[in-house]
Amino acid sequence: MSILSTIDDDRRSLPLRRKIIEVNWGLVFVICLVAGVGFAMLYSAAGGNLSPWASRQMIRFSAGLGVMLVIALIDIRFWLRYAYLFYGIGLALLVSVEFFGVVGMGAQRWVDLGLFQLQPSEVMKVAIVLALARYFHALSMEEVGQFRWLLLPTILIVAPVTLVLRQPDLGTAILLGVVGFGIFFVAGVRLWKFAAAGALALGGLPIVWQYLHDYQKARILTFINPEQDPLGSGYHIMQSKIALGSGGVFGKGFLQGTQSHLDFLPEMRTDFIFTMLAEEFGMAGGLALLTLYALLLAYGFAIALRARNHFGRIVALGVTGGFFLYVFINIAMVMGLVPVVGVPLPLISYGGTSMMTLLVGFGLLMSVWIHRDVEIPRRPGFVGL
Amino acid sequence: MRERRDTGRYKNFTRRAAMLGGAKFVLLSSLAGRMYYLQVVESDQYRMLADENRINIRLLAPPRGQVFDRFGVELASNRSNYQIVLVPEQTDSVESTLDVLAKVIEIDERERARVIREAKRKRGFVPIAVADNLSWDEFARVNVNILDLPGINLDVGETRDYPFGDVMSHVVGYVAAVSERDLITQEADPLLELPGFRIGKSGIERTYDRRVRGSAGSSRVEVNAFGRVIRELSRQDGEPGDDLMLTIDASLQRFTMERMGQESAAAVVVDIHTGDVLALASTPSFDPNAFNLGLSTEQWRALIDNERKPLNNKAVAGQFPPGSTFKMIVALAALEAGVVTPDHVVHCPGSVTLGRNKFHCWKRGGHGWLGMIEAIYKSCDVYFYDIAKKTGIERIAAMARRFGLGEVLDLDLPGEKPGLVPSKEWKLAIDGVPWQQGETLIAGIGQGYLLATPLQLAIMTARLANGGRAVKPRMVKRVVPAEPDPDADEAAAEEIAEELPSLDISRGSLAVVKKGMDLVTNHERGTAYAARIREKGMEMAGKTGTAQVRRISKAERRTRVLKNEERPWEERDHALFVAYAPVSRPRYAISVLVEHGGSGSKAAAPLARDILAEAQRLDPLGKPVGTLAGAAARRRPADADEG
Repeated sequence: MSILSTIDDDRRSLPLRRKIIEVNWGLVFVICLVAGVGFAMLYSAAGGNLSPWASRQMIRFSAGLGVMLVIALIDIRFWLRYAYLFYGIGLALLVSVEFFGVVGMGAQRWVDLGLFQLQPSEVMKVAIVLALARYFHALSMEEVGQFRWLLLPTILIVAPVTLVLRQPDLGTAILLGVVGFGIFFVAGVRLWKFAAAGALALGGLPIVWQYLHDYQKARILTFINPEQDPLGSGYHIMQSKIALGSGGVFGKGFLQGTQSHLDFLPEMRTDFIFTMLAEEFGMAGGLALLTLYALLLAYGFAIALRARNHFGRIVALGVTGGFFLYVFINIAMVMGLVPVVGVPLPLISYGGTSMMTLLVGFGLLMSVWIHRDVEIPRRPGFVGL
Repeated sequence: MRERRDTGRYKNFTRRAAMLGGAKFVLLSSLAGRMYYLQVVESDQYRMLADENRINIRLLAPPRGQVFDRFGVELASNRSNYQIVLVPEQTDSVESTLDVLAKVIEIDERERARVIREAKRKRGFVPIAVADNLSWDEFARVNVNILDLPGINLDVGETRDYPFGDVMSHVVGYVAAVSERDLITQEADPLLELPGFRIGKSGIERTYDRRVRGSAGSSRVEVNAFGRVIRELSRQDGEPGDDLMLTIDASLQRFTMERMGQESAAAVVVDIHTGDVLALASTPSFDPNAFNLGLSTEQWRALIDNERKPLNNKAVAGQFPPGSTFKMIVALAALEAGVVTPDHVVHCPGSVTLGRNKFHCWKRGGHGWLGMIEAIYKSCDVYFYDIAKKTGIERIAAMARRFGLGEVLDLDLPGEKPGLVPSKEWKLAIDGVPWQQGETLIAGIGQGYLLATPLQLAIMTARLANGGRAVKPRMVKRVVPAEPDPDADEAAAEEIAEELPSLDISRGSLAVVKKGMDLVTNHERGTAYAARIREKGMEMAGKTGTAQVRRISKAERRTRVLKNEERPWEERDHALFVAYAPVSRPRYAISVLVEHGGSGSKAAAPLARDILAEAQRLDPLGKPVGTLAGAAARRRPADADEG
């Protein structure tokens, strides 16, 4: 039984050829376009050179694109069936990071699997969407309205968030939390419950503050007043704003960004790559990229609304939500709207891990699209494995 | 039933998705809004900040103007300073490079440790000074071995050089690093903030600092976040400083300084007609180059603790009682006031009594009967007690002031002192006690409150010798602008006004005094006959002076006045001598002071004789002054770039 073709022979299934035609090639095109912008910026970051960053990024993207297409072709029901398993593996990996994690960049984030290093929090980003989608797929409207049915998914979110926070990786923790509770929202959890939870969280902030690391506290304080310490932690935000602002409407020109090329801009090929784009291509360039991102989000929403199975809908919005968060946090961060939390700009920042995660997400989104007409029973009374 | 339930769920999902989509749209719009705010509304401000980030203005130090003597001999110039610097990023190991370097030139352990320390602290591209003021030979040796010395770079800077060393230090002065105080007291100039920049701290270097300093040039360079220079955007050259030509004759100055040796002494030679200072010596002296390079604490202490005060320019800042050299003034005051005639005679029994005080002549036993001319060449004190009493302090003081005593003569040297000419009013204001007649007697022999600088005594003598005209001293003959102004009438600026204001002294009175001075050296009974100039046509006329620095007690008078050699140095008399030459047609005037040197005739007169004789032999006034044409052009390429 090939997972690429069908899961249940008695249900409606598609031949592989048909699936390939069904792949949303428009979406693939836009993704490639965004990645292309990334290559251009990495080319500029290297001072007009493909090596060392742009070329490597191209290889990674090509590999990721392949993985995306494979995932897209896998039957949606496969993901439903193994959703909890993935989640379990992800959680186990997170726990193992606690014990065997390799310290990188001042935080335990990697687990060495011998052949390659794996970042469990990245696995969890996908797994949490799948697990929650499966859970809410099985829940009726009435059940969603009942408090006891929300207890388990809350644990599903809080457990990995807590583990990731301990690494410590504030950015990923926020991402997991917001994506998770975002799924609560689309699943139909009552709004007053969000309000109540929000109020509770606000009350709990002082307690969380105590558990934050010094550098995390510093980042938040710096965000509140970046000018207070222009040569210390506020330096990055200040320089980023200067680069953006000095870019003006049409920018300083490709390869001409003074802030970026004279090293005033920190981390310009990773977290602050949007700044570099906006310095060299101005607001015009920034808005163009924002439009491309909006287009990708629109695809996500369209796919979600078009899907006939609840699991697919939730997966689509979950992936889209995560993607949006990346975009928003990163761009807002470099413009000084939110604290620096170390979130890369999706599909553009240099680095393979987040690129792979995102492309896996888009693979799932496309799988939802290809299998949009597959109907999956809710299986009342059965929520677990 | 499943269908129906899912429809409800779908409806709800659609609503929620719409809300979520709306929220995302709003958030993305806020990003666009923020972009608009930063990149359109605030753009100009950030553009400025970005330029501030990347553009550094670097000051370029202009070449400092040179100083020449009256014949164009260099007194202060700019010399190449051969330096080697180490750029740590150009070598794999700072230590091994220094090891190799140590085989080529000498590097002491402390310097080596400092370089290694700095290399660790600074960014790799910042050059670190390893050694400077290398000899050409050392510099060449490093250059030959440069391939074995990765990271070592050769650099030629500019440094101030005083080829005459301690001979000129009190005239030209020296430059040194800008101090904290200079930043407050000096007129604002960006150059003062330039690391390693030097300004004039004493002498002509100080008074003419603004003229010889020039003005800063600037270079706009693009730098990266670590301060590394990427490229030069624009450059504006500064204006080099003006050159100075002094009135000094370097050869005469050198002779004077060497003749005075290690005595604590001062001598000033002037042109009696123009006031040109031909030599201005103050010993002991110091090496101005040491100040430029930076003094060690020990060197500084040695200069400060020396009781003969090498740093003090005694020629303009040393104030001493003029002693008997003042007698010409007293004689002129008496003659011009008409209280005595030149025929006036006085009997000197060795002392006179006024009230309860007894006033002694320097000669025990006295001179007997003598007239004014004889009183001058024998320097009889009693005669001058007599005429001083008759003339009164006010008229003596007025005459002293006409001859330039008691006031600053505005020579272009820092620290010039006014000396002191007392008057009744002054005494009352200072002491609250009226003037005593005895004090007039004391003033009559140049003692008491009277104070004069060697420069003032030289000018006093010049005014006597030139027929009573108010000549003023000057040190700078010409300022040669770095950028010559074609319209300026150089000749007019250079020559001093031909007509000096007259002091209104009658020829007869002057003739009497000058005759007396002539006989001081040229009459066998004159006090300085032994120190006369024997060469025909070069004879000098002068006047000795011996100024007491302590009161001789009655007890000492009764037994025997201690000879100078028997007293500690600081209690010995100051020896003075003023003179002009040649007697027949005066051109040169001199004053010599030897601090605690003993008697004027023995300690000061021989110095004055030798210097005046040398002055006439060299005869700087008989030669045309040098020309500095092309001096500015010569310096053009010297363009110190301070990075």
